[in-house]
Amino acid sequence: MKTSSSDLGPVVLSCRNVWKVYGPRADSFFRPVSAGARDPAARAAEIRATGHIVANASVSFDVHKGEIFVIMGLSGSGKSTIVRCLSRLVEPTAGEILLDGEDLLKKSTAELIEIRRHKLGMVFQSFGLMPHLNVIDNIAFPLKLQGMGEADRHARAARVIELVGLTGRERNYPSELSGGQQQRVGIARSLAVEPEVWLLDEPFSALDPLIRKQMQDEFLRIQRKLHKSIVFITHDFQEALRIADRMAIMRDGAVVQIGRPIDLILNPADDYIRDFTQDVPWESILRASDIMEPVSGTVEGLRRVAEDTSVASVLPDLGSSAGVVVEGPRGTVLGIVTARGLAASLALGCAQTGPSGSA
Amino acid sequence: MAQVDRCTALWIGAIAITLIGVLLQGRLDWLARYPEAWVLPVADVVNAVSNWVVRHFAWIFQGMSALLEYPIRAVQKGLHALPWSVAMLLFCILAYAASGWRLALFTLGASAYMLTIGYWDAGMNTLSLVAISVPSAILVGFAIGVWGFRSARAERVIMPTLDVLQTVPTFAYLLPILMLFGFGTVVGLIASILYSFPPMVRNTILGLRRVAPEVIESGLMAGATRRQLFWQVRVPSARRQLMLGVNQATMASLSMVIIASVIGGTADLGWEVLSTIRKAQFGESLLVGLVIALMAMVIDRVTIGFAGASDRSGKTAPRNSLWLFAGMAIVLIYGACLMLPLLYDWPAAYRINPAPLMNEALSGFITAFRTQIEAIKTAAFYFVMLPARIGLQGAVSPFTWGFALTPGHQIAYALGMIALALWSARRWTPKAGIAVLIFAVIYFFGLTGLPWPTLILILVLLSHGIGGAAMALGTALGLLFIVVTGNWPAAVLSIYLCGIAVAIAFTLGSAIGIWAAQNDRVSAIVRPINDTLQTMPLFVILIPFVMIFKIGDFTALLAIIAYAIVPAIRYTEHGLRDLPETVIEAARMIGTTPRQLLWQVKIPLALPIMMLGLNQTILYGIAMLVIAALVGANGLEQTVYIALTDGNVGQGLIAGLAMAIIAIIADRMTSGWSRRRQATLGLDSQ
Ligand SMILES: Nc1ncnc2c1ncn2[C@@H]1O[C@H](COP(=O)(O)OP(=O)(O)O)[C@@H](O)[C@H]1O
Ligand SMILES: [Mg+2]
Repeated sequence: MKTSSSDLGPVVLSCRNVWKVYGPRADSFFRPVSAGARDPAARAAEIRATGHIVANASVSFDVHKGEIFVIMGLSGSGKSTIVRCLSRLVEPTAGEILLDGEDLLKKSTAELIEIRRHKLGMVFQSFGLMPHLNVIDNIAFPLKLQGMGEADRHARAARVIELVGLTGRERNYPSELSGGQQQRVGIARSLAVEPEVWLLDEPFSALDPLIRKQMQDEFLRIQRKLHKSIVFITHDFQEALRIADRMAIMRDGAVVQIGRPIDLILNPADDYIRDFTQDVPWESILRASDIMEPVSGTVEGLRRVAEDTSVASVLPDLGSSAGVVVEGPRGTVLGIVTARGLAASLALGCAQTGPSGSA
Repeated sequence: MAQVDRCTALWIGAIAITLIGVLLQGRLDWLARYPEAWVLPVADVVNAVSNWVVRHFAWIFQGMSALLEYPIRAVQKGLHALPWSVAMLLFCILAYAASGWRLALFTLGASAYMLTIGYWDAGMNTLSLVAISVPSAILVGFAIGVWGFRSARAERVIMPTLDVLQTVPTFAYLLPILMLFGFGTVVGLIASILYSFPPMVRNTILGLRRVAPEVIESGLMAGATRRQLFWQVRVPSARRQLMLGVNQATMASLSMVIIASVIGGTADLGWEVLSTIRKAQFGESLLVGLVIALMAMVIDRVTIGFAGASDRSGKTAPRNSLWLFAGMAIVLIYGACLMLPLLYDWPAAYRINPAPLMNEALSGFITAFRTQIEAIKTAAFYFVMLPARIGLQGAVSPFTWGFALTPGHQIAYALGMIALALWSARRWTPKAGIAVLIFAVIYFFGLTGLPWPTLILILVLLSHGIGGAAMALGTALGLLFIVVTGNWPAAVLSIYLCGIAVAIAFTLGSAIGIWAAQNDRVSAIVRPINDTLQTMPLFVILIPFVMIFKIGDFTALLAIIAYAIVPAIRYTEHGLRDLPETVIEAARMIGTTPRQLLWQVKIPLALPIMMLGLNQTILYGIAMLVIAALVGANGLEQTVYIALTDGNVGQGLIAGLAMAIIAIIADRMTSGWSRRRQATLGLDSQ
């Protein structure tokens, strides 16, 4: 369910000034001063000048309960590194990762294993399935490592298998499945431990476009059911727009802008982001709830739509009537969309970004 | 350009020095022959050390030997006690489980052949040695492989050791083991373990390292502990490569068990081949050879089958019922055995023995074609082998070529070759011209006719051109070791025989490979022949050549060619078929004729892979050369073999090491060249 900025839940996972530097003397840059002390961009440039690779430069963001937080960026911008820092598959060079308010970087190996076994689930771009296990054993593998008995873990695996639509394929081996099916196994495996936080590193990038779209729909369907807190990595801006509640755009290891998709479209922070947003049809991204105003006066006889209806589908009504009423799940009236309100919203966005930002 | 010129000048200098050396060696004796007095007594030192070790520690090894006898005896007893019918059923079930009913049928046929031809007992003896050596080799190899995987420093020690272990001639291995453990089956067992664990180590390291990082990461994210990550994620994910290691270790083990029978006392298949060859009972030796060949094929397919079978679901479902069926069948057949002794022991009276018939046919064939066989042999000897060895100057005489070499001939040869060199230098590169010159010099004076310092100079210069100063230094040190230990003359003979064989095998093999790459039908015919030759224990390949051409250089040459041609064909075909499609299409679009496409596009691009084939051809050639000592090659391999029969550890080890040095130098040169070439072409294969 798409959320608007006003009703964000509590923060589940938080990333504070995280740096990852590769190279022989990576630690030396962070010893005396704390990571956030100086301008990160200048600092990253300094470190790069010494021949080190700065994969993440002071990355900060919060992931709220139940939201889909997308990190978008071109290849090499540091997305995989940051998502691996979140699970400590990669050890950050500096910074803090807070999971439920506790610093993940201070955890011992044993504690980390417990956290990975129960709180985190991860999906990989090239699936990372165990080639020697069939579908059901692959999915039940994390449970097996925990020492769960075969009957129990198969019962639990069977549930996620149904969830991801792999029923009937339980006995097949990964090499016998298509890419899309293999990723369903990867998704099911990451869900088998019922994690709170779900990390997905470009889960659909290795798939054909048609399958990709289908998998995105499946993913949203699963999320509507499970309400996980999600970090989803992609290099595909369209994909980000389709699924993000909020998104961050990365470049050269740093976050350039964070916000709802519509914020980015209407108010791109700089030309780099504008390059992505320019050709996006705003009317299909913008939802009725984004541009509604408080109701003043009677709403009798006006068309009523759900809050996540796209502006594109209400546009015809705006010309012929006074407006369209936006209603909540139980028919409560949330606000009204009018032609003037629409124009005002767009103008506001354009005013902040200059004329070239308008669609 | 200046670079090329300096290099060319260097080479011309080397050729001049060679010529001067040849002129001077009449006067300076040490040039022609490294003086006996300068030979370092390394072999004596080794002998002294080994005597000392044997005197003081032999009891330990003999104790071990006695201990090891037990499991061997037990397995042998077990296999012999098993009725043949039950054993055969077991083999077939194993084959079925590994790959399916086709292999099961093949196994049935192979073991039925072994039974009816009367080699069941010998076969079981061989099998029991393999059955013990393989698990040990796998355990040792896996453990060392894990160590090498975990520690980069360990790997730096392990890899060169494996190189040496795999290139030292097999007979040289047997010697120290023989000294320490005394005669008996155990020697074969230990030699076979030593010979077969290196491939397991290599495959273990490779396999563990190659596990996809995301598989490891997903294991970590599943909450695996270090131990779980290794045993439940990394090892099983690498199991295909590990099974390839098992396959290679098993084949090596079988091969070594067969070879080890030269020291006798085993009553196994290898011994049967050897003794029948020695008694000139060629029919019999061919029959046993076929048993070995069939056994090798079955073992190969079974282990490969298990490597591939583990991640296909079709196999798992009927497994349980298969075992049930197998158990019942075994019980049934065992019951039948008790009632029908025929099923227990195959009666000697029922044996089929076509050997006498074959022997007759063979001698008939040899008498009928004696003149042709002799003609082939002499032609090869006079026109190819003799000139390469002692040069045209020695080989050409009225008796051989029908005329004597006059100064006129010599001048004509010199001028002709210089002209050819200049033409090649202009047509291709200066390097081509130099290659022609060097070849001309060697062919005229013969490998044994060249002074040893100049031959070393040429080889060192060559390694410098390929691998720079480090490789040149390695080559120089290695060759000097051979010289100062007094092994140079024998080494030159080895190089000569192997060199001719490799040259012929590579030329012929490339030609066949090119043909097979253009023609699917040829490819389909060549492939199974190659597969068979490659799995064949080396011993077996000798048999047909000894039968027809008797013992001698020429037989050794043919056997080496027959074995070394396999990689030449394989790599050429693979290199030509595996080229980037875009390049070929681009070339077609420019309008090349098929012939231009082949010679000007495909072959230059495939050349690095073909060079890797040459590398393998050389290594295969050397491996076969070692065995060829049995049928009359007389270089280092003969030194090793004689040392083995005399029990001279020092001589055998040093000569063995000398062969390993030659193999390693040849390997580094060819693979270095191939890698460099591949990098410039941008065709990184790995
Ligand atoms: N183990 C490593 N050692 C050195 N550099 C690395 C390593 N892993 C990633 N990098 C570098 O960090 C940068 C970010 O990589 P990555 O996070 O994989 O980008 P993305 O996932 O956005 O494509 C790249 O320049 C990459 O080359
Ligand atoms: Mg990535």
